[in-house]
Amino acid sequence: MKSLAELDKLRDTLQQEMKARQGEHDVSIAVSMGTCGIAAGAREVVKVLLNELKEQELSYVALTQTSCVGLCRQEPLLEVKMGDEKVIYVNVDQEKAKEIVRRHLMRGEIIKEWTAS
Amino acid sequence: MEMYRSHVLVCAGAGCISSDCKSVQQALLANINDLRLDNEVKVVETGCMGPCDLGPVVMVFPDGVFYRKLKPEDTREIVNEHLLKGKVVTRLLHTPVGSTEKVTSINELEFFQRQTRIALRNTGLINPESVEEYIARDGYRALGKALSQMTPEEVVITIKESGLRGRGGAGFPTGLKWQFTAAAPGSPKYVVCNADEGDPGAFMDRSILEGDPHSVLEAMAICGYAIGADKGYIYVRAEYPLAVERLELAISKGREYGLLGENMFGTGFSFDVEIRVGAGAFVCGEETALLASIEGQRGEPRPKPPFPAQEGLWGKPTVINNVETLANIAQIILNGAPWYASMGTEKSKGTKVFALAGKVNNTGLVEVPMGTTLRDIIFDIGGGINGGKKFKAVQTGGPSGGCIPEAYLDTPVDYDSLNELGTIMGSGGMIIVDEDTCMVDLAKFFLDFVQDESCGKCAPCRIGTKRMLEILERITSGQGREGDIELLEELSYGIKNSALCGLGQTAPNPVLSTLRYFRHEYEAHIRDHKCPASACPELLTYYIDPRACKGCGVCSKACPSDAVLGEKKKPHTIDLNKCIKCGTCKQKCKFDAVITV
Ligand SMILES: Cc1cc2nc3c(=O)[nH]c(=O)nc-3n(C[C@H](O)[C@H](O)[C@H](O)COP(=O)(O)O)c2cc1C
Ligand code: SF4
Ligand code: SF4
Ligand code: SF4
Ligand code: FES
Ligand code: FES
Repeated sequence: MKSLAELDKLRDTLQQEMKARQGEHDVSIAVSMGTCGIAAGAREVVKVLLNELKEQELSYVALTQTSCVGLCRQEPLLEVKMGDEKVIYVNVDQEKAKEIVRRHLMRGEIIKEWTAS
Repeated sequence: MEMYRSHVLVCAGAGCISSDCKSVQQALLANINDLRLDNEVKVVETGCMGPCDLGPVVMVFPDGVFYRKLKPEDTREIVNEHLLKGKVVTRLLHTPVGSTEKVTSINELEFFQRQTRIALRNTGLINPESVEEYIARDGYRALGKALSQMTPEEVVITIKESGLRGRGGAGFPTGLKWQFTAAAPGSPKYVVCNADEGDPGAFMDRSILEGDPHSVLEAMAICGYAIGADKGYIYVRAEYPLAVERLELAISKGREYGLLGENMFGTGFSFDVEIRVGAGAFVCGEETALLASIEGQRGEPRPKPPFPAQEGLWGKPTVINNVETLANIAQIILNGAPWYASMGTEKSKGTKVFALAGKVNNTGLVEVPMGTTLRDIIFDIGGGINGGKKFKAVQTGGPSGGCIPEAYLDTPVDYDSLNELGTIMGSGGMIIVDEDTCMVDLAKFFLDFVQDESCGKCAPCRIGTKRMLEILERITSGQGREGDIELLEELSYGIKNSALCGLGQTAPNPVLSTLRYFRHEYEAHIRDHKCPASACPELLTYYIDPRACKGCGVCSKACPSDAVLGEKKKPHTIDLNKCIKCGTCKQKCKFDAVITV
C-alpha cells in the first residue's frame, strides 16, 4: 500500500461487492417467484438482471424475490422500487429485463407500456 | 466486479461450531449447488454473531433475515423457498423469550437493538479470512490516516482524550500507557497483544481474533507508530487454534497488501507482527509472566515496578494491551476522541463487551455502552433467568472478581461502580446464578480454580489459597466450625496484601464478596448445617412425603445403602442414620415424593 488514497480507491471497489450485505436499500428489484412465475421464466429473468446489474456496476440495487402475487397470467412479473415509488412490470422477458435496468434504473424512465394496468 | 444478489452469513464462532454449524454450512452449499444458485448466492463464514445459545445461526442478506437452531436438513427449505422464491421460512425464525411473535430481521431482536458494537463492529458480519472485506468496511484507513496525517504524539493524545481504558482487567488508561512507553528511554520498543484470555466464561477476545483479526493487527501497527516500535507480538493461548490460524492468515494477507512490513503507506514506517502460542496457564495472562513466557522463560510473574512501559520484553519499553482494548483503536482514530468519549460514564468511556453465561436465557456476547445497568444487560438483553427461576447474583470479573446481589441490579456498570460493590469489571465475564446456587459453593469453585492455577512462586498465594479452600470444603460438607468465617477473612486480607502478583492479590475476592452479601449462607452452613439453596449434597436431609408416596418401592430398590424402609403400596420412610445422601431415590421417584430440606 503506497498511500491512503490508494487504499481508499481499493476500498471503494471492494465496497461495491459488499453492498448486498446492507439491511436496507433505497433501490430494489423484486421478481415474483411463484410456481407459475418460475414456469414462465422468472429464473432466467433473475439471472439476466444480476448480469446486467454487474455489467452496469449498479451494486447499490438489491435484487430480491417475492412470493406469488396472484397474477399468474402476467408472469414473469417484477417490482422496481426507488424510494417510495413502486412500479410493477408484467410479462417481463430477458430483453425487457435488460431494458428496465438501462432505462428505468439508470435513467429514471418508467416504461409505461410494460407496467401493470 | 464480483456481485451476488444474496449473501448468506453462516456463523462459525466457537458456540456455533459446538452446535455443528459445519454440517449446516456443507448442506447449505450442496443445496445451493443443486439449484445452480452458486453464481447468485454467496455463502460467507463469519465469527461469532453473539446469540450463541441459538446456534447454528445464519443471516440472509439483502433482507437481513435471521435463522436460528438450524439442522442440515433445514437448509433445503431455506434454499428452495427463501433463496429461490423469496419466501421467508417462518418455521426457522426466532421467537424471543417472553414473546409469542417470531422475529424476522436481526434488527428487530432486542438482543441486537440494545447493543452498540465498536469492538465487535465486524465480528459476525465479515469473512475473517478476507482482508478485502475488512478493507471494504474502512479497515486499515485508521492506520493510513495515522501514518500520513498524524504525528505519533497526536495519536497518543487522541487515545488519551478518548478515555479508553484497558479491557484486560485492570482498566488502566490506554493513552497514558502509550505515552509512558513512548517517553521511556531504550530501543527497540515493542507492542504486545495479550490474547491469553484465562477468565473462565469470557470469550470476547477469542471472538474478535476469530471474527475480525485484522482489527487487532491494525491497532498494533498504530500503537507501534505512536510509541516508536517496529515489532509486535501476539500471545495467544494454545486452546484457540482457530484464532491462531486466522491470525496467521491475516498477517500474511496484511504483508501481501503492504499493510504490514516495510515502508507502509509510503511513509517509511515499518511494522511487523509475530504470534507466540502460550500453554494456557491462567497466570500467563498476567503481564510480567506473559513477557517472560514470550522470552522463552517460565511463565512466572515478577515484582512491579519496573513496569513493562519501562522494562518490558527483553528489558525494553513495551506496551501490553488486551485484544478488546486494541479492537477499539482504529474506530477512535477514524471517528475522533470526542466521539468515543461521548459514550459511557464519567470515568469509563466507550463500550464494553460482556459474555453472558450461566442461568440466563440468552447466553452469548453483547457490547453495550459503559453505564448500562446490570438489569438491562441481564433482563432486557439477556432475556432474564432460565426456567422461571429467581435471580440471585451475578459474578463479574471471573475468579478475580465478586458477586453482585439483586439489590444492586440498577447499578450502571463501569469500572468504578463495580469496584465500589466489591468486584471488578475484569475481562467482562458475567456468570448469572439463580436461587438454586449456593454462594459458598460458588466461592469454592473460583477458589479451587485459582488454587489450581497458582504458580507457587510466593507463599501467601500458594499456601494461603489452599488453606482457604480447605475451610470452604469443610463448610460445604457440614463440618464448618465457629470462627471459620473470621479465619477466612483474616487469610483473605493477608493474601491480598502480600501476594506477589494480581492472581494472588485478587484470589480471595470471590470469598470476600460472597461474605459481604451472603454471610447468612455461610452461617447457615456452619451453625445449622443447612444449605439454604439446597445445593450442597452433604447438607441435605432426604425424606419421603407420605401423602405423595405411592409405595411403589422403586427408591427402596435403588438405594445403595438400604436406607428406604416400607411395605409395598404403603408410604415409605428413610432411615436418616443409614442415608448417605446420594440423591438416587429423589431421581428415581416418579411421583416427586422424595423431598430435600
Ligand atoms: C492472574 C492474571 C491474569 C490475567 N489474565 C489476563 C488475560 O487473560 N488477558 C488480558 O488481556 N489481561 C490479563 N491480565 C491483565 C494483564 O496483566 C494486563 O493488565 C493487561 O493485559 C493489560 O492490557 P489492557 O491495559 O489493555 O487491559 C491478567 C492479570 C492477572 C493478574
Ligand atoms: S501470587 Fe500466586 S500466581 Fe502470583 S506469583 Fe505468587 S504464587 Fe504465583
Ligand atoms: S419411589 Fe417414590 S412413590 Fe415409590 S416408594 Fe419411593 S418415594 Fe414412594
Ligand atoms: S439419598 Fe441415597 S442413601 Fe439416602 S435414602 Fe435416598 S437413595 Fe438411599
Ligand atoms: S403462482 Fe403465479 S400468481 Fe401465484
Ligand atoms: S458462535 Fe455463533 S453466535 Fe456465537
